[in-house]
Amino acid sequence: MTMHGTAALITGGSFGLGRALGAALAARGARVVLVARHAPGLDEAVRAIRRRGGEAHAIVADVADKDATYAIAGQAAALVGPLDILINNASTLGPVPLRLLLDTDCEDVEQVLAVNVVGPFRLSKAIVGSMLLRGHGVIVNVTSDAATEPYERWGAYGASKAALEQLGRIWAAELEGTGVRLFTVDPGEMNTRMHADAIPDADPATLADPAYVAERIVDLIGDARSAPNGARVAVRGRPEVAA
Amino acid sequence: MTPARTFPARRDGVRLLVVDPQAAALRSTHMADLPALLAPGDLLVVNDAATLPASLQGRDEDGHAVEARLLAHVADNRFRAVLLGAGDWRQRTEDRPPPPAIAPGQMLHFCGLSARVAARSQLSARMVDLEFDVCGAALWAALYREARPVQYSYVADALPLWAVQTVYAARPWAFEMPSAGRPLSWEILLAMRRRGVGWAAVTHAAGLSAVGDAEIDAALPLAERFEIPPATVDAVAATRRGGGRVIAVGTTVVRALEGAFECWGALRASAGETALRLGPGYRRRVVDGLLTGVHEPGESHFALLGAFAPPLLLAAAATQASREGYRTHEFGDAMLVVPGALGGLRAASPGTAGDWPAAREGTALHTVQFAQHRFAEPGQRAGRPRSQGTLRA
Repeated sequence: MTMHGTAALITGGSFGLGRALGAALAARGARVVLVARHAPGLDEAVRAIRRRGGEAHAIVADVADKDATYAIAGQAAALVGPLDILINNASTLGPVPLRLLLDTDCEDVEQVLAVNVVGPFRLSKAIVGSMLLRGHGVIVNVTSDAATEPYERWGAYGASKAALEQLGRIWAAELEGTGVRLFTVDPGEMNTRMHADAIPDADPATLADPAYVAERIVDLIGDARSAPNGARVAVRGRPEVAA
Repeated sequence: MTPARTFPARRDGVRLLVVDPQAAALRSTHMADLPALLAPGDLLVVNDAATLPASLQGRDEDGHAVEARLLAHVADNRFRAVLLGAGDWRQRTEDRPPPPAIAPGQMLHFCGLSARVAARSQLSARMVDLEFDVCGAALWAALYREARPVQYSYVADALPLWAVQTVYAARPWAFEMPSAGRPLSWEILLAMRRRGVGWAAVTHAAGLSAVGDAEIDAALPLAERFEIPPATVDAVAATRRGGGRVIAVGTTVVRALEGAFECWGALRASAGETALRLGPGYRRRVVDGLLTGVHEPGESHFALLGAFAPPLLLAAAATQASREGYRTHEFGDAMLVVPGALGGLRAASPGTAGDWPAAREGTALHTVQFAQHRFAEPGQRAGRPRSQGTLRA
């Protein structure tokens, strides 16, 4: 399926799933804007897309910074036009190794919520209105099974993803019938830097390839029936070795 | 009337003065009542331009302070700008010292961004074209990092970028907020839609509303670029067929729609630039009504309301707004000028609103006056194309 000319914004675009989503969307003809905090990894992700003939742009910004909200939205629309796809992918675990809630600093919980919940809320608020006006658009929030399972030491992250999921359900209810849809995707355990930070001793052979998962998510974006408004979709990829 | 000094706690928490030129009636109400004042089949057309931070503080080659307020995007890394001397938004623009004498070819340095003065306008030596030293994504990033929203001295505090956006903003084409749409919340927009009122958008590069330079201020608004998408052309046509009213949110929308009509003799999906000026006697071809801010007699914005309602009714509206403490400017209260808004004679005969029927028929009966209004400018013969935009290197 082609997405020729559609404009997409992906946060956390330097590494892992975000980078793979950028590559997958660009490969189908989307005009892609990647957002991340640090230029080097981001620029490399953009160059990789351009080397394969895709269109990509970089915005260096922190989604946890309120003042960055309209700077991100404005720059992105200036570069690729009104956005059709918003993927809230950036997230943080907080300090690693992960700790018990009783040992977690309050500020770290606030920071995790700022990046994983408030950031996506703000960016959606700044971008979804223009989708609504045009009567089409897709928002994808990236979650985790830590949102639903009470894994020890995953308190801040798990709570933030649970909040993001509920926020998504309410967004979807409010957007029903407008032509704009939101779905939440749980990409499972992937071979990414974030996973290595959280579980350093995991066997990479048991982890999914983010490129494979990204392709499945892009399929969902392109087909309203497979991921209807408000759905929570678990995407399970093939392990790296099988890819 | 006094200006609103800051944004209201709730975006839509402002008052609304309804002016019905058909019933020759006024009513003071609240923005939340907007959906009920419109009828199923009406169409609200908004300007979806996001507001760019367009004020850059910097220095010339000799170290003199200078502020550049961008007012038009010419091409790539080239922007048209007005230069102001030392100071910032806290002073009234007319009280600001003039900028240092800057010749074409000289450099201006803004914190992390530099620009060459590429050309100077014949209109005023303070209006220049700036060529920035970066382009594309790097230029947008630098502007969002270094520039602040343009604002004026009646506002109490420095404005964050989020305070000058509408809820549907997309591409950053506007150098000042298209403020007529600022009070529109999604609560109101979705209530309208449930009522059967449609919405559509144009993108119009709203420029500066005042710069404190007599020559430039007299020429405002300058030519501004616009884009009208096919969906909006279709929505306007469907509204016409159904007998609904086309209501522009802000004069930028009027300029875009009427300017496009003027270009093509019909409303077409198009991109262009319009120097259209509105005023009493102007014959509207596309737009039936207007949601706008509250303006006082004597302001240029007040004059352009004359394209929508007769002068006596507008004077009465201004008196009522003043008496009831309505607030002016971009964070202030709102005014809705729509024929039939206060019930009564929506489909009725011509007469009550003067030139109203001619405007709705979309005929070419008034071509001469139309052209004059487009081009009339102080110091120029009516009917001649404006020279604005002619720059010499």
